[in-house]
Amino acid sequence: MSDYIVDHPILKFERGKKVKFYFEGKEIEGYEDQPIAAALHAAGIRVLSYSEKLGRPRGFFCAVGKCSSCLMEVDGRGNVMVCMEPLRAGIHVRRQKGRGKV
Amino acid sequence: MKHLFSENDIDICVVGGGPAGLEAAIVATELGAKVLIIDDNPVLGGQLIKQTHKFFGSKAHYCGVRGIDIARVLAGKAVELGISVMNNATVVGYYDDDVLGVLHDDTLSAVKAKRYVIATGASENMLAFDNADLPGVYGAGAVQTIMNVYGVMPGNRAVVIGSGNIGLIVPYQLLQAGVEVAAIVEIMDRVGGYHVHAAKIKRSGVPVFLKHTITAAQGKDRVEAAVISKVGDDYTCLTGTERTIDCDIILIAIGLSPLCDLLYHAGCRIDYIPELGGNVPYHDENMMTSRSNVYVCGDLACIEEASTAMLEGRIAGARAYESLYGKTNDAGAVADEAAHELGVIRKSPFEARIVSGKKRLGALPACD
Repeated sequence: MSDYIVDHPILKFERGKKVKFYFEGKEIEGYEDQPIAAALHAAGIRVLSYSEKLGRPRGFFCAVGKCSSCLMEVDGRGNVMVCMEPLRAGIHVRRQKGRGKV
Repeated sequence: MKHLFSENDIDICVVGGGPAGLEAAIVATELGAKVLIIDDNPVLGGQLIKQTHKFFGSKAHYCGVRGIDIARVLAGKAVELGISVMNNATVVGYYDDDVLGVLHDDTLSAVKAKRYVIATGASENMLAFDNADLPGVYGAGAVQTIMNVYGVMPGNRAVVIGSGNIGLIVPYQLLQAGVEVAAIVEIMDRVGGYHVHAAKIKRSGVPVFLKHTITAAQGKDRVEAAVISKVGDDYTCLTGTERTIDCDIILIAIGLSPLCDLLYHAGCRIDYIPELGGNVPYHDENMMTSRSNVYVCGDLACIEEASTAMLEGRIAGARAYESLYGKTNDAGAVADEAAHELGVIRKSPFEARIVSGKKRLGALPACD
């Protein structure tokens, strides 16, 4: 399932190549070069991480690389700001629990 | 740390490639300076790239043109002029000896220029309420980004908190994308934004709850509803007036805060002026900060509009150039014209707050 805007009265969207990548080990699709957070949102995924102390679910907030609410684990690397990080084919994206590995 | 550029390479380094920074870079380059723009996005244009509405402002400065198209024009000019641009690069520090630390491709490098024009913009304010951290509680600008830049449906049914211009424009854009807007919630007794935006919302039939605020988001691991409550004259919630509105996204549109971090690093004077958005860098009418090699413009200097940000950018670019090469007729004309147009825009009653804030800061004379 993916939720993209098809008809818009003003905008025409140019999307990159359709690629496959992995979220929590499961294969899903997105468009190359779009931010990982946008691909996940379109795939219906809202929870990007869990807070350190209480394990509360967290999503993005600003979507423009300012708030650090969207830090995830990408290919084993922690604290990746997925609202800014472009999607690449075959990457493994996981929800970060608390502080990410550095 | 690798030194990418020194002051022999760069006259003026502009941090932030939004409307203010781009205008500053364009003006300074046209006057003859060697300019570098550093921006953390893949494309230039800042937040203009998600603005589908048409702008007001003077005819000379894009009145009636959509933000997305202004971004294209400005970015095109920057390319045409051959301005050096570092994309996907974040300035993470302003160090001693006036060196910038720039993070690009996981590598930290140093950049030094003779003058800096800082145009980092602002970030969206958060609001405290129960479950405010639930996924689905988003900045209104964030929703605009994923919807208008990336074409992603942000949700099915939205509740918007705040009715300033962003709180009025974004719901309209949600409707254009096919998202239902359940309510706009405003704590004041009147709508905050321009009449023209408010009228569009009124015609669209979206209910506006005045003298209301949000008290909670509900849902297990994503937003399923918003609880709003009426407020009294002292802005406290009135018990028994709560109502629950089903929605899957809650947009926070209650204002922005200037991104001052680099100015703190640089040791620039920062003043707290609520009318301008909170902590803002001191600047004079030439957009120079308390340090003579650092200029500011746009939302960093005060939370205002893209049209005024562009004019401030033109002043900053021209004055930074003059501070290096001496006063010239061309530079003076650019800055004077921009200052004149700013004065015209700021005569509007909507701008009274800004003018009073700029006077308190010392960026405008205390009396006319």
